[in-house]
Amino acid sequence: MTKHRTAYLNARLLDPETNLDERGDLLLEDGRITDLGPGLFADGPPSGADIVDCNGHCLAPGLFDMRVQVREPGEEHMESIESAGHAAAAGGVTSMVCLPNTNPVIDDVSVVEFIARRAREAKLAKVFCYGSLTRGMNGTELTEMGLLAETGVLGFTDGEKALSNPLVLRRALSYARTFGLLVIQHPEVAELIEDGVMTEGEIATRLGLPSAPAEAEVMMVERDLRLVALTGGRYHAAHVSTAATVDVIRRAKRDGLNVTCDTAPHYFALNETSIGDYRTFAKVTPPLRSERDRQAIVDGLADGAIDAIASDHSPYDQDSKRLPFAQATFGIVGLESLLPLTLELYHNGYLTLLEALRKVTINPAKLLRQPVGRLARGAPGDLVIFDPDKPWRIDVDAFRSKSKNSPFDERPVQGVVLRTVVEGRAIYIRDA
Amino acid sequence: MINPYSPILMAPISLSTDLSAFRFPHPHLLGIEGLSPEEITLLLDLADAYVAQNRQRDKKSDVLRGRTIINLFFENSTRTQTSFELAGKRMGGDVINMSVSSSSIKKGETMIDTAMTLNAMHPDVLVVRHPDAGAVKLLSEKVNAAVINAGDGRHEHPTQALLDALTIKRRKGHLDRLTVAISGDILHSRVARSNILLLNLMGARVRVVAPLTLLPTDIDRFGVEVHHDMREGLTGCDIVMMLRLQTERMHGMFVPSIREYFHFFGLDREKLSYAKPDALVMHPGPMNRGVEIDSELADDINRSVIREQVEMGVAVRMACLDVLTRYDAPNPSGPNPSGAA
Repeated sequence: MTKHRTAYLNARLLDPETNLDERGDLLLEDGRITDLGPGLFADGPPSGADIVDCNGHCLAPGLFDMRVQVREPGEEHMESIESAGHAAAAGGVTSMVCLPNTNPVIDDVSVVEFIARRAREAKLAKVFCYGSLTRGMNGTELTEMGLLAETGVLGFTDGEKALSNPLVLRRALSYARTFGLLVIQHPEVAELIEDGVMTEGEIATRLGLPSAPAEAEVMMVERDLRLVALTGGRYHAAHVSTAATVDVIRRAKRDGLNVTCDTAPHYFALNETSIGDYRTFAKVTPPLRSERDRQAIVDGLADGAIDAIASDHSPYDQDSKRLPFAQATFGIVGLESLLPLTLELYHNGYLTLLEALRKVTINPAKLLRQPVGRLARGAPGDLVIFDPDKPWRIDVDAFRSKSKNSPFDERPVQGVVLRTVVEGRAIYIRDA
Repeated sequence: MINPYSPILMAPISLSTDLSAFRFPHPHLLGIEGLSPEEITLLLDLADAYVAQNRQRDKKSDVLRGRTIINLFFENSTRTQTSFELAGKRMGGDVINMSVSSSSIKKGETMIDTAMTLNAMHPDVLVVRHPDAGAVKLLSEKVNAAVINAGDGRHEHPTQALLDALTIKRRKGHLDRLTVAISGDILHSRVARSNILLLNLMGARVRVVAPLTLLPTDIDRFGVEVHHDMREGLTGCDIVMMLRLQTERMHGMFVPSIREYFHFFGLDREKLSYAKPDALVMHPGPMNRGVEIDSELADDINRSVIREQVEMGVAVRMACLDVLTRYDAPNPSGPNPSGAA
């Protein structure tokens, strides 16, 4: 049987794993990368191959978004595996990892199998998921982590709920370590936050909104790190947002602790002033922080204290957001703005293009032990072709996601996805 | 020359060790810790002789005639208490069972008060089980009788370790150089602690196999190999010793579920196939079939020696009663007998 070949010509090949950044070509055979490099097709592309001319645009591994809420099963009116798959495709995301806060919760192998089947049917971006740490995310009883891992979950988290009981977290870290699995915490001391909806400080006071101190995040991380040292478990702090948290994690890494973290674009692209006049689309958990915190997140990304950027895609319908600020739901959609917002770090001179890409490709893929996020012979042909410079304005009405709750609407950005490819199959091609 | 067995009741049994000069140097049997390999060997040899006595039609001797043994159980037990009761009765002693959990403690009496009260009745041996580690030792300091620890909290259960050793020794001929995998709830297990101590002392190689939630901190300091994967942990083993997982620990606190536990840590034929072909399967009982051990495997007479362990239990306890009453050292820490009233 002849192999199905696709030849990508005239590309700027970008591989964040090997720091490859040069003009060249790439060959896919039956969905896998079999060759790449400069002058690969000097004598012309192989006969019978499909040809994709990249016109000098960037060809990089597809984005690996390690934190996405798809709302399916349970709340398909806000998002589904299919609609999130389309949003991912348009955003250059070839793999996304779903949080378990669906209905039912992903705490049982049958739900994992359901999501895998729906993803196969959708045939869009690859869909992975986390299992919940505790049953029904109740914070007390461990889930069947071993069986869930055998079914394919990539790690364990209680989603947007912090696992607060230290004894349960200790056992979760120990038990997960038995199987070498990652535990992901939503780091906040819920008791300190109470009904707070934004970060404590002058702006919250002026707006008269209930608020919570930024310390709620670092307090949880500091406590958790003691348990990480005690158990030797693998711990990941999700969407870190404060300077203090970045400092603590930076120090813990230096001390050799098994800790990693990610952040979301809104923590380096926005600060608490975006709440402005009670804009509920800027209501998110953890809440937007001070400018000083925002700068610390940028620094943390630049020096490696923060490993990855995840969209933290949290789709909510109008009904959840058209409410007084205190009553509105927390969350921001992000799949379709992940790449241009990440590229802001490059355009603003904080990160090189390869460093910026590393945060959304190889780093999260390695963290979750997936063989993607790289341009390497034998790796799956999950690719994105993009123009890193082309300016445009984010337009939520054009989002493929069912939900439009983004504070980035009309923001001028640079970087356009031209084509998204999963295992050799184009799942998105931008209209010329 | 002491012949411990009445020739009228049974054929004389020859011990490999000459007991004539033997004097058990401990007033109590509180744990494996503190015993020497020689003392353990002797206890096992003596117990081996009692196995023969127990297999005769007439099982009764009178070596403990006139001695009073009180089984003082502060924690429910069926098999251990029955085993001690039979051991005492077969040696001709007077055995009383007291389940304290259901009597005095409810009336507000402290453990020490109970012990002092019983002490005043001049028992010769107290067999004590208590849910708290160290409680049996504390009690032994307050009484004149010899005290046998029948299990204290998560600390020790020496007669279980001895009966396990006897079972292994009779099957394999020796204890040294054997590889023994102990799998299950090591964290809460006094059986595991006593077995680890005894097997290490006798030159066996011990592994523990469990999820990290069921392993006590620093267990590697006990001279054991630590494994979290059954196939890895059982590879090349001579003995696979399964431990009971308490029901209340099966549902999300220490392990997520019975289903998951059995899948990863339950002993079945597939996992056992990584051990030596003649590896023996042991369990201190009572078993949770389908939780830590496959039901059919537990009943396989070619692999499982679980029922044999129960038989050895009676013999080992006879040997323990024997050394503490007839080859005994005085209780140095006990109160003055004349002062005890």
